[in-house]
Amino acid sequence: MDPRRAPRTVIDPKVRQVGFFAPPDRSQSVPLSQSSNSPSSPPLSDLSPSGNSLSPVMIPPPRHLSDLSSLPITAGLPPTRLSPPVHRFSGESVVPIGSYNPSEFASPSVGDLFEDKNARSPGPRRSRGGGGSAKIASSLPAGGFELPPEVKPKSLTTVSVVSNLRPNVTEKVGEKSIESQDGSGANSKQPLKEKTSKAERRALQEAQRAAKAAAKGGNGVANIKTGKANSVQKKDNASVAAPSEKRLADHKDKDRKKDAPHPRMQFDDATRVEKAKKRAIVKQTEVRNRVELFRHLPQYEHGTKLPHLEYKFFSLNSNSVHPAVYKVGLRYLAGDISGGNARCIAMLQAFQESIMEYSAPPERALNRDLTAKINSYISYLIECRPLSISMGSAIKFVKTRIANLPLTLSESEAKANLLSEINHFINEKIILADKVIVRHAVTKVRDGDILLTYGSSSAVEMILLHAHELGKQFRVVIVDSRPKLEGRLLLRRLVAKGVSCTYVHINATSYIMHEVTRVFLGASSVLANGTVYSRVGTACVAMVANACGVPVIVCCEAYKFHERVQLDSICCNELGDPDAISKVHGRKEVNHLMDIADNENLQLLNLTYDVTPSDYVSMIITDYGMIPPTSVPVIVRELRKEQIWSG
Amino acid sequence: MTALLQLTGTVIMPDTHALVNDFLNKLKKRKIEGSKATAKLTAELLRSVISQQRLPNTNQAGALIHAIKAIGEQLTAANHVEVAVGNIVRRVLHIIREEDVSLTTASIGGLSLQGLSDDEEDNPLVSAAVAAAAARTTLRPPSLQTLLEDMPSHSAAAAALHHSSSSAGDSEDKTKSTDKNSRSRKLKHNVIETVNELIQDIATCHEQIAEQAVEHIHHNEVILTLGSSGTVIEFLCAAKEKKRSFRVFVAEGAPRYQGHTLAKELVARGLQTTVITDSAVFAMISRVNMVIVGAHAVMANGGVIAPVGLNMVALAAQRHSVPFVVLAGIHKLCPLYPHNPEVLLNELKSPSELLDFGELSDCMDFGIGTGSPLLHVVNPAFDYVPPKLVSLFITDTGGHNPSYMYRLIADYYSADDLVLQQRPTS
Repeated sequence: MDPRRAPRTVIDPKVRQVGFFAPPDRSQSVPLSQSSNSPSSPPLSDLSPSGNSLSPVMIPPPRHLSDLSSLPITAGLPPTRLSPPVHRFSGESVVPIGSYNPSEFASPSVGDLFEDKNARSPGPRRSRGGGGSAKIASSLPAGGFELPPEVKPKSLTTVSVVSNLRPNVTEKVGEKSIESQDGSGANSKQPLKEKTSKAERRALQEAQRAAKAAAKGGNGVANIKTGKANSVQKKDNASVAAPSEKRLADHKDKDRKKDAPHPRMQFDDATRVEKAKKRAIVKQTEVRNRVELFRHLPQYEHGTKLPHLEYKFFSLNSNSVHPAVYKVGLRYLAGDISGGNARCIAMLQAFQESIMEYSAPPERALNRDLTAKINSYISYLIECRPLSISMGSAIKFVKTRIANLPLTLSESEAKANLLSEINHFINEKIILADKVIVRHAVTKVRDGDILLTYGSSSAVEMILLHAHELGKQFRVVIVDSRPKLEGRLLLRRLVAKGVSCTYVHINATSYIMHEVTRVFLGASSVLANGTVYSRVGTACVAMVANACGVPVIVCCEAYKFHERVQLDSICCNELGDPDAISKVHGRKEVNHLMDIADNENLQLLNLTYDVTPSDYVSMIITDYGMIPPTSVPVIVRELRKEQIWSG
Repeated sequence: MTALLQLTGTVIMPDTHALVNDFLNKLKKRKIEGSKATAKLTAELLRSVISQQRLPNTNQAGALIHAIKAIGEQLTAANHVEVAVGNIVRRVLHIIREEDVSLTTASIGGLSLQGLSDDEEDNPLVSAAVAAAAARTTLRPPSLQTLLEDMPSHSAAAAALHHSSSSAGDSEDKTKSTDKNSRSRKLKHNVIETVNELIQDIATCHEQIAEQAVEHIHHNEVILTLGSSGTVIEFLCAAKEKKRSFRVFVAEGAPRYQGHTLAKELVARGLQTTVITDSAVFAMISRVNMVIVGAHAVMANGGVIAPVGLNMVALAAQRHSVPFVVLAGIHKLCPLYPHNPEVLLNELKSPSELLDFGELSDCMDFGIGTGSPLLHVVNPAFDYVPPKLVSLFITDTGGHNPSYMYRLIADYYSADDLVLQQRPTS
C-alpha cells in the first residue's frame, strides 16, 4: 500500500494545477498514450464507451493502477504551463448577462444573420463601452487592464500561506526536476500521509474530478479558485510551490460540495426570487391562487407575455440573447417544442448558431467568455421554461467542451471544433441512441401484441413505426390525458401510417389494460434510484399495468439518466399553465370553472411531470442495452466517468 | 298460473302502463342517469303501480309480487347499468313479502290464540314456528345467533308461509272469510306506507351519511375525490360546517368533467378546493390523507361500480396506504355478485367526448383495408373497484367493512328476488 500512496499524494496537487488545461483523468482511460502532449491531444470522444453502445455495461478500471500509471504524465506536464497567455485568467468574476454578445447588434430578421456576420464581428468590441449596459462597461476593461496587479497579491498570499504552513514543501521551489520532486515529496510528506485516512484520500480524488467538472461549468468559487491557483503557477513558474495540503483540503471540500447535484432554485425563498426577477428577461406574472404545496416551484400565468416577447424580438439590442436562442426560448414558452429530445436538439442548434457568429473580445479568452455567454443564454431559457434533464446534460457537455478547448487553437478552429462536437453529441447521444433503442425494443414486439403507450414519446413512436415497417401484426392503445392531449398527435401520426390504434383517456386505463400485453413508456429522465421521471400520468399507467401483471418497458436514452434521486413528484416538478385545467377545449358545455377562476377558494394545479417508482418498471431500454431499473446507478456512474474522461 | 298471468295483465291499469312505458323510454334513452334519481323514480313508479293494482281475493301478495316482478324485469332490461332500478324493485318485492309475512303471522297468531282451546293438537308446531320466525325477523336485529337459530325452523316456516300464501284462499275461505277485504286493503296500505318510507330514505340518506362526517374528517386533512357525487358534497360540507378546516383535491374526471361541477359546488360552499388532472392523481396521492368518493353501485362482495378512473385512484391509494372511503346510500346496495364487472356492468359512451367526429378523417384511408376499422375509441363510463382496495363503506347505517356488505345487503332483500327474470310459464 505505501508505495502506492506515496506518488499519489504528490500527484494530487499537480493534477489540480494542470486541471485547467488538460484533463488529467483522461489518463485513467488511456494511461500512457499522452505523456507529453496532453493539453493539445485530440479529444477522446471516439473512444468513449458510447461509441460501442451495444456493449454491456463496462467494469470500471481499477483505481490504484491508473493512479500509479498516471505518474509519468505529471512529469510531462510542466512545460505546458508556459504556453497559455496570461489574460486567460482575467475573467475571475463571471459576467452573466452583461457580457459581450454579438446579438446586441443583430439585425431583426433571422434570415440575413449570415451576411451580417462579417460586418458585425468587429463591431462589438469597439462599441461596447457606449452601446452596452453600464455593467459591461465597468467589468470588461477591468478584465483587460487590471490584471497584473490583481494577480500579484494572490500569488503573494498563496506563497505566504505555503511558507507558513508547510516549511518542508519549500524544498520544491526552483527548477527541480519533477522526478526528484516526486521522490522527495513522497518522503517529506510521510507523516502527513498517515493523517489522511483512506476515505479522505478517496474523497480527494473524487473531488479533483469534480473540481474539473465544476471549473468547466465556469460558475462560482471553484472556477475562481482554480483560476487563482493556475495564475499563481503562471506568475512564478520557476518557483512553484505546491499548495499546502490544508489549503488543498478545504479547496477539495468546496469542490466536493459542487460535486453534489446543484440544488434547484426554491421559489418559496423570497429574496432569491427577487434577485432572479431583477435579472430576468422574460417577465412573467405569477398565478393568483397558488397551490400551497407547490410554493417552491414557479407558478406563472402562461404565455401572457408572449406577444410582448415576440415583439421584443425585433428590438433585440436591448438584451443580450442571441436571436436564435431567443427564438428557441419563445418556442419553449409557447409550447411549440416539447419533449426532452426535441427541446435538447433545438437548444443545441441554437447554441451552434450563436457560436458560429461568435467572436471573442480581444482581451478575453474564448472559452471563458463563451462560457459566460452560454450561461446567460441558459438563464434566459430557464426563464422561458425550466430546463429538462436532457437539456441539463447537453449543457454540461457544451460547457465541458468549451472549457476544454485547447488554447493553441485559433478562434475559427475552436469554433469549428465546438460545432462539430455539438453535432457529434446530437448524432451520437440522441439520434444514434434512439436507433439502438428501437433495435432493442422491436425484439420485444411480437405478432398479435397489444401495446399500450402513454402520451407521445418520440422513442416509442419510432419503435412502433419500425415494428410496423417490419410487418409485425400488433395493435396500439394510446392513452391520453388532459390538458395537453399529446396522444392525439401520436394517434394521428400512427393512424396515417396505417397502424391500428385504440384511443382512450387515462381514466379508462384500467378498463383497457386487461387486453394489453405490453406497455411502452417514454421518459424525461431516469433517476439514480431507478425511478422514472416522466410526463404526468406515466406513473398511473405503470401502476395499473403492474396491478394487471402487464410488463412495463421504459425507453430512455442514456444521456437523460441523472444522478439525482427523487421519491415523490412534489419536491421537484414543473407547473404548467393553470388555466389549461379550467378550459376544456372544444367542449363549451363543460366549462364550469371559467366563471369562478378568480375565486380564492379555487386553485388549479397543472403538474407536468411525475415520478414512477422503480418497482412498477420491468425493464429500461437504453442505448447501453436493456437493463432492470436497479442497474440505473451503474449507467449513471459510467456516464459520469465518460464525461470526465472525454471532457 | 297462466290464468294468474292473464289476470295480472288485465289488472294493470292503462295509466300505469303509460307510466311504465314512459319510464322505460327514459331509461333506454339515458334520459335519467345517476343512481339516486333512478332509484327515486323507480320507487315512485312502483308505488303508483301498487296503488293502482287491483288485487284478487286469493293470494294477494303473490299477485302483487308477480306484477312488480314483471315490471322490474322490463325496467332492468331497459338499462342494465342502472343497478339502482333493480335494487329498488327487489327492495319493494322484499317489502311486500315482509308485510305479507307480518300480516299472516298476525292472523295465524290470532288464529292459534283463538284455537288454543279447541284444536291445540291440530297444527301447533307449525303455527308456533311461523310465529316465532316472524317475530324474530321483525323484532330482533340480525346476528349470527339469529341465523343459527333460524336454521332448523326456517324450512318449516317457509313451508307454512308457502302454505299460507299459495293456498291462503282455502284456509281464509274456511276460517277468516269475513275480514279478507280489510286484509287486502291492509296489505296494500302497509306496502305503500313502507315504500313511502323507502322514498323518504332515499331522499335523506345523504344527510344521515353526512352526519358521520365529523368522525372521519379532521383539521388540516387533505382529501381527494373524483366524480361528482351529491353525497360527497354533503359529506364534505357537513364537516366544513363543524368548523373543520381541510382542503380538497378534485380530480376532474375527464372526459365528462364531473370534477369541474363538483369543484364549482365546493368552491361555492367555501371549501379550499384544488382541481387536478386525472393523470396527477398518483403524483398527489402521497400528500392526501383520505380518498372519499361516491359510488354508482355497491355489489354484494363489497366491490364498487364507480365513475371511470376510480380504480386507478384506489390502486394509488392502496400503494400509499391512504384510506379509500366509499359513501353509499341504501339504494346503491346491490344484492348481486358481479361477474367480470369491468365489462358486463359497464357502458361505453360516445367517442365524441374524446375525439371530434371526423377529426382524423383526413389521415385515415377508408378505401383500402380489411374492413376492421383502424381506429377505435373506447370511452367507458364506469370502473370496478375490487373490495380489497376499499377501506371503508359509509352508509346511512354507519361504517362497514367491504367483507360485511353481503350481510348488510341481506337485510334489505329477500333471496327469492335476486333473479328478477321470471321463469317461462309452461
